Amino acid sequence: MSAVINSETKKVLVTPLINENPITLQVLGICSALAVTSQMSTSLIMAVALTSVTACSSAAISTIRNHIPSSIRIIVQMTIIASLVIVVDQILKAFAYDISKQLSVFVGLIITNCIVMGRAEAYAMKNPPLQSFMDGIGNGLGYSLILVIVAFFRELFGSGKLLGIEIFQLTKDGGWYDPNGLMLLPPSAFFIIGMIIWVFRQWKPVQREEADFKIMEIAHGEGGHH
Amino acid sequence: MADYLSLFIKAVFIENLALAFFLGMCTFLAVSKKISTAIGLGVAVMVVQAITVPANNFIYHKLLKEDALVWMGIEGVDLSFLALLSCIGVIAALVQILEMVLDKFFPALYHALGVFLPLITVNCAILGGSLFMIERDYTFNESVVYGVGSGFGWALAITVMAGVREKLKYSDIPKGLEGLGITFITAGLMSLGFMAFSGIQL
Repeated sequence: MSAVINSETKKVLVTPLINENPITLQVLGICSALAVTSQMSTSLIMAVALTSVTACSSAAISTIRNHIPSSIRIIVQMTIIASLVIVVDQILKAFAYDISKQLSVFVGLIITNCIVMGRAEAYAMKNPPLQSFMDGIGNGLGYSLILVIVAFFRELFGSGKLLGIEIFQLTKDGGWYDPNGLMLLPPSAFFIIGMIIWVFRQWKPVQREEADFKIMEIAHGEGGHH
Repeated sequence: MADYLSLFIKAVFIENLALAFFLGMCTFLAVSKKISTAIGLGVAVMVVQAITVPANNFIYHKLLKEDALVWMGIEGVDLSFLALLSCIGVIAALVQILEMVLDKFFPALYHALGVFLPLITVNCAILGGSLFMIERDYTFNESVVYGVGSGFGWALAITVMAGVREKLKYSDIPKGLEGLGITFITAGLMSLGFMAFSGIQL
């Protein structure tokens, strides 16, 4: 195995987590993601679903990459992805019906998730299947990481629970914590993602964007030129 | 009539695809730097949404739904699992046809909207609209209203967002929050504003 898991494979698996995170850096795939983050359980299922679809579709597309005519490659990729999503959707409906009801349309929206399509187009079309599979898993995990962080804060502060287990005892049950209802509403997900991006870019200044307009420094007389 | 009006208001404000369901976020963030482009994309989304949601509704009710094939004399067939594949196929095909029709008959409009049309095929807002339509079991007329309403809501959201971002680029934002970070926070504040419409009953 050690020959297979070489440094390239490791690189494609690890860099998407922090250094090239698809969500915070490339702004991909947030579409369908945030709406399911009000609970940890739904976001974990969503993360697993997306990661498996990305990995399998990358591997499948990479296997036939030399046989796809480039003029119809998008439709071929789309069909492969859509078929995989249907499989995931049917599995969820069969084995986790309640969660699939909560996820509602968002499992279906994995089809148009930019991460899946983006990795197929940018990586799987040029690289061998195993590496593409690993790349899919890496990007899926990068997405999962953000999703789980957002869900952690939203569920903990919104309902005082994690995965349905009580962490903060709520005031209505005689405890001390008064839940913050905003955390369960959509705006909080935007705020949390914004904050995560801020933290990431504070930690890794390379990821910062250039401002369109710089604010001029006005030279002060004091302390400077003596 | 009042039902349709209520559905329209709900689709535009309370259940805004961009701000309440986060759909089409990638394009929403990428193309909201200038008001003129944002309006162009918004109109394109609205047009495509108004065509694809009713079209998918028709196909779903006549072909895919459980026992939908009775009119052909086939009973007991449930193809609803194919809804995902058929929706995305219909969207891709319709966008392609729309592009060709615009190019042939309305060149001016094609130049304004043409560049956005390929983007729209993979826009989650379009597919999301059709999937919501299926999940909520809208009738054909309702699907027309929902298609126009949800498209309009998305267009409204991206235009407002572009307006805010045009002003925002002159402001002094902490390092690291610039660009994407502050855009998310602005979207959050706008989403809060749209939440204020919830609870309105017509």
